[in-house]
Amino acid sequence: MKPAAFDYHRPASVDEALGLLARLGVDAKLLAGGQSLVPMMNMRLASPAHLVDLNDLSELAQLRVSGDRLEVGALARHRTLAESPLVAEHCPLLAQAARTIGHGAIRERGTLGGSLAHADPAAQHTLAAVTLGARLTLAHQGGRRVVDAEDFLRSAMTTALEADEIVLSVSYPRLAAGEVSAYRMFNQRHGDYAIVAVAATLLLRQGRVESLRLGVGGVAPVPQRLDAATQPFLGRAASVDWVAEVARAARDAVTPEDQPRVPALLRKELTETLVARALARCLERSGVSA
Amino acid sequence: MSEQRITLTVNGENIEFEAPARKLLSDALREDCGLTGTHVGCEHGVCGACTVLVDGRPQRSCLCFAVQMEGHEIETIESVGTPQRLSVLQQALHECHGLQCGFCTPGIVMTFEPFLQEHPEPSEAQVREALSGNLCRCTGYQSIVDAILLAARRLREGAAS
Repeated sequence: MKPAAFDYHRPASVDEALGLLARLGVDAKLLAGGQSLVPMMNMRLASPAHLVDLNDLSELAQLRVSGDRLEVGALARHRTLAESPLVAEHCPLLAQAARTIGHGAIRERGTLGGSLAHADPAAQHTLAAVTLGARLTLAHQGGRRVVDAEDFLRSAMTTALEADEIVLSVSYPRLAAGEVSAYRMFNQRHGDYAIVAVAATLLLRQGRVESLRLGVGGVAPVPQRLDAATQPFLGRAASVDWVAEVARAARDAVTPEDQPRVPALLRKELTETLVARALARCLERSGVSA
Repeated sequence: MSEQRITLTVNGENIEFEAPARKLLSDALREDCGLTGTHVGCEHGVCGACTVLVDGRPQRSCLCFAVQMEGHEIETIESVGTPQRLSVLQQALHECHGLQCGFCTPGIVMTFEPFLQEHPEPSEAQVREALSGNLCRCTGYQSIVDAILLAARRLREGAAS
């Protein structure tokens, strides 16, 4: 299990990296944390002719609040996201999701931009990005564009990123005052990708549901926001019964594929259970006993 | 495949060797640096046997290339303790039977040396969560957890006295 030969490039600036991509095109692959790419190279599932190592570009690892959004550099490591006080304050869902990725040593090196560009259907970052309505800033030589997470993620392991583009940063809406969030996943072994994962944000006003974002990963090629399913439950009093009803509606809304080792019914039941757990946690965090 | 000159800083020493860019850090440590304490298990980041410290943080040496590590400080199991004078954690693993074949042990030590610095009073749940990234096929983990908790207690007592 050794990777195929490649030419190694270690640009010192984003401009230099973009120049390399413009020149090398589809023969080049970006190397950020490498926690998905290097295993794929070791197993010869990927054998790029050129690797462009982004790890010296510390300007891509910054976090800052910008208006009503939290801007996170694409090279931010999972561990940083899990532990940053700025993330905990403004976008705790990102921390709640990031701390469940792989194992400690993986979180030390794996990056936000790398995870989104890899686009695993059950990954933490793709789910958090779709649930929150994240926006990605992509750069190519001579220009930039901003893409919504749900447009960026085209299908399983497939994104809108062009061969000459780099993800520069990802911006997330900051939580409103009183808004809470929770992330729940099920997998068979600690550190594996989820079979099903659920992300939720909830804002109550006088005990009634003012806003709810509910996302499910692992039930389709890309994470799903269940806006249509949750719409009837807005404005209602938040309670144990409300949680059970939303969870049931979520189960009915997802249409996972039947697979030999994971039947569709299991994913639907996991969706119901995990939605119930995530929302119960949200109520607890809102000070409602459920 | 073209070889290039690579200089790594391992356990405080600069080591120069020729290797292609595709050489994994784990293989470079073993084959080019002669440091065979770092073990290679799964080569896709799951087993944890190859864990080393990069700039003080535990990382998988099978999931990065040696050439990437120029300019960074690598620490391997060879930097921890000596056969005559084990580290507190190594001594605790020895006493609690925290190893049998020992293949996974270097990765466990390199994961938990910094963990114990950061978590002087870890709960069993914290230890088990951190240990989930290191596979052991001999012990059933219980004796490793015991050893880590014992090492934490001794380090606290050592710091207090």
